[in-house]
Amino acid sequence: MSTVKIPPVLRQAAGGERTVEAKGTNVGEVLSALCEAHPAIGKQILTSDGELHKFVNVYVNDEDARLMQWTDTPVGDDDTLLILPAMAGGQ
Amino acid sequence: MSPSYQDLIAAAREVIPEVEPADVASRVASGDGPLIIDVRETAEWDQGHLPGAVHIPRGFLESRIGGTAPDSDQEILVSCASGQRSLLSAQTLHHMGFTNVTNLAGGFARWKQNNHPVEVPRILSAAQRSRYSRHILIPEVGEEGQMKLLDSKALLIGAGGLGSPAAYYLAAAGIGTIGLVDDDDVDESNLQRQIIHTTDRVGMNKGESAKQAIAALNPEVQVNVHPFRVNRDNVLDLVSQYDIIVDGADNFPTRYLLADASLMTNTPLVHASILRFEGHASVFNPYDGPCYRCLFPEPPPPDLAPSCGEAGVLGVLCGVMGNIQATEAIKVLLGIGDTLSGRLLIYDALGMTFTELKVRRDPDCPSCGPNADLQLRDYEAWCAGVGSHDHAGASA
Ligand SMILES: [Zn+2]
Repeated sequence: MSTVKIPPVLRQAAGGERTVEAKGTNVGEVLSALCEAHPAIGKQILTSDGELHKFVNVYVNDEDARLMQWTDTPVGDDDTLLILPAMAGGQ
Repeated sequence: MSPSYQDLIAAAREVIPEVEPADVASRVASGDGPLIIDVRETAEWDQGHLPGAVHIPRGFLESRIGGTAPDSDQEILVSCASGQRSLLSAQTLHHMGFTNVTNLAGGFARWKQNNHPVEVPRILSAAQRSRYSRHILIPEVGEEGQMKLLDSKALLIGAGGLGSPAAYYLAAAGIGTIGLVDDDDVDESNLQRQIIHTTDRVGMNKGESAKQAIAALNPEVQVNVHPFRVNRDNVLDLVSQYDIIVDGADNFPTRYLLADASLMTNTPLVHASILRFEGHASVFNPYDGPCYRCLFPEPPPPDLAPSCGEAGVLGVLCGVMGNIQATEAIKVLLGIGDTLSGRLLIYDALGMTFTELKVRRDPDCPSCGPNADLQLRDYEAWCAGVGSHDHAGASA
């Protein structure tokens, strides 16, 4: 199981959890497992075609998955995935 | 009998040739001057010295000359006030093995009498030395660094959650000019985190309120209040008056506007954003490392990007993130340390963890890439457009 870190804006959709364990051998599988367990997250981060929205950054450990093999990037049990949408707040 | 002072001077004259100020002046003017070492005390040096001279007080001559003149064949001219301390210093250098040492005849006094050019070093006042003494003690800052800060101009977007602590600490640090862009007035609900404002200034423009706090803390800081929203018509004019941008905006259109303006004016951008218990921070140096759009090509839709006003924010989180911005701004201005350029720092106050992500420059970046057609746009419309394009479909 990989660990997925949930950003503040998606925590409600993840039942209030800050991290969620999800199964899969690559980024796509882990995110599918996550969205299956928490469909509300899928509604936020996936397009109608099931693709990840462009505004969603996914990091495997500290590297941007887009710069690796994107959803095909392999992940193991010790890897941490981080879903990272931009935040605008400053005031 | 041991030698008198006159004997020492006479003995030094035997080995050290003297050079007339006029000869030195013409060589300095033609860019062919020797290395000039001024051995006077600091108070004398501060009054003025030969152009390009290096100051090594006589008491430090032996210990410091190696760092300034590594080559013993190097031509060295020693100068002091009247030519006697420098003569004895020149003899010391001769003893140390320097083979080409001369003395300035008549010293700085004759140089000045003959109306040769004089350089007066810029120095901190006694009050500034005292106020900034803890900075001056740090080798990476020192008097020179403090003077750089005093000459620096920082533009803060927002005098709110991030801008309050950032402005406060930058003012305390002696940033010479601070610009505050905010069209908003102080509200009671701001005071839980926007610590530069006070209860009795509720209703006042935030920039004006912050200006009062800064004047009380460090009256030497010039504060420019810009009581309007930054937009594409005023951003370039505004940003080009400053050396660095500290982004504490509360919305995506402003953040993307600033990111592009940073690139167009070649002004470094110190980024932070906050929500609830979480903060992001990074530094975007134009065309030297990634830009904001390399990191976030598109903003999320509004329901995934609530403001602090909608979702809340822990007050003290603003202090941590605003001060990370102030720290990074000072480092960028001084050119010291490793900044957050190329890294996104994520602070989770609830877990008390700091996470670092690598941010790489996107070769296809629509803002900073080689094929970017960078021009200011209608950021409101753009953010609304990209945020909503097929998101509605996803929830169907
Ligand atoms: Zn870029």
